[in-house]
Amino acid sequence: MAPVAGLGWLSLPGGTVLLKTFIIGILLGVAAAAAALYLYPVVDQHREASIVSVGPNGRNVESFHVNVPMDRVLVGAHGNNEPLPAGLNWPTDELLQDIRVELFKIRNARDTVVGVAARTAAKKGPEDVIDWVLHLPARGSVFVNMRPEALDGGYRKGELRAGSREFGQLGGVMTERWVPDTSGEEDAPAGRIELVTTFVGRLEAN
Amino acid sequence: MKYLLTLLLGLVSGAAMFAAAMIYNPFVADRGISPLAVTDSELITLSFSNVPSDAIVFTNDGDSQKKPFPEKVLQLWEAPIRQSSAMATVMRDARGQTAGVGVKFSSLSERTRLLRGEALVDSVWYIYLPERGSLFIEQFENHWTFFRDVGLPAYRSGAKNWKGNWIGDLTAGPEALGTAAVTGGTGSLQGLHMLGVESLSARAYSADNGPVSAEGRLLIELPAGSENVEIAAPDQ
Repeated sequence: MAPVAGLGWLSLPGGTVLLKTFIIGILLGVAAAAAALYLYPVVDQHREASIVSVGPNGRNVESFHVNVPMDRVLVGAHGNNEPLPAGLNWPTDELLQDIRVELFKIRNARDTVVGVAARTAAKKGPEDVIDWVLHLPARGSVFVNMRPEALDGGYRKGELRAGSREFGQLGGVMTERWVPDTSGEEDAPAGRIELVTTFVGRLEAN
Repeated sequence: MKYLLTLLLGLVSGAAMFAAAMIYNPFVADRGISPLAVTDSELITLSFSNVPSDAIVFTNDGDSQKKPFPEKVLQLWEAPIRQSSAMATVMRDARGQTAGVGVKFSSLSERTRLLRGEALVDSVWYIYLPERGSLFIEQFENHWTFFRDVGLPAYRSGAKNWKGNWIGDLTAGPEALGTAAVTGGTGSLQGLHMLGVESLSARAYSADNGPVSAEGRLLIELPAGSENVEIAAPDQ
């Protein structure tokens, strides 16, 4: 058989064995890469253990909060003299002048950051709109439409309109409340926005 | 020794062949035309810039390709939110006029399966349209074809950038035909359950800084018989 150009090493002693070794190497390489991709998670979200208590009616109660001002990401509103972050250019369109958008980091009851949230307040004629979206990366998101009127104790209450993943089949309510800090500590936040969710499976909710 | 070297060479070659086959897998193709592009139902069309520096605010862990904007915005560096981003942006209607404001939260999805051509991102939109009401959009996006057609060529180019015209749908579920679940919150949209699709049109991309020229678009299909909001026929 005529030698093939570039494969002269096959004619060396043990050349055929080398070729077989190379082919086995290729097969092993393909298998190893496939196995690694299959077994090793490309994305592995960090999880904090949920702190959920069960209400007397079987509903799951979970508490979150926002430390103000340190957890504020965005405070955007028309005519806001102290926009956050510094350098923010809130759009000047007249259409958006009655909208206030805030973005926050949200913390669990252990004061650990577990997600991000948006609070949008808008005024349309006599109607006030206050909506919350909480996004917990390892778990899912919730969309809550608050009733604008405050209840006794400074609470505002809203209903879960939609949820994703873990919260997709849930119904229930969420309350928001401003709790000023009274500790007097030097590095303490000015206060916190307390959010308490009370969710239950949608079938049970109906 | 030469057998060991040959085996190692084979292993590396095999892994490289696998990577090439995975990236250029002909069975992982664009889904083609958007399922909402051929609907008879009425649509809401909203567009927004996908370039972080065009947003009102964009933030992530600060070490990712897309840079936070404005520079001094609080970054999402804590472990549970390190693989997430948040954006607030102006939403425009089909005529390019301001229609409202949108907030998008995105997180890398643990359901990502590169073997199946799925580079997934879990995301939600909150959109407030002053003249219509509020919307909540839940979706997962597949960025695989964007990575293959835009990101990878940018990395491989000498100048570390890509220019061209890439248009594709990002939304891959969770609703039928790979559409997003849309819920109306307030106003004339209150109580409506709709379908949506987010698409991306990219013209320039930098391997170092992400999108340079890119526009996103949301198509939302209104349920039949609902009161009309601003209607825009799909333009492609």
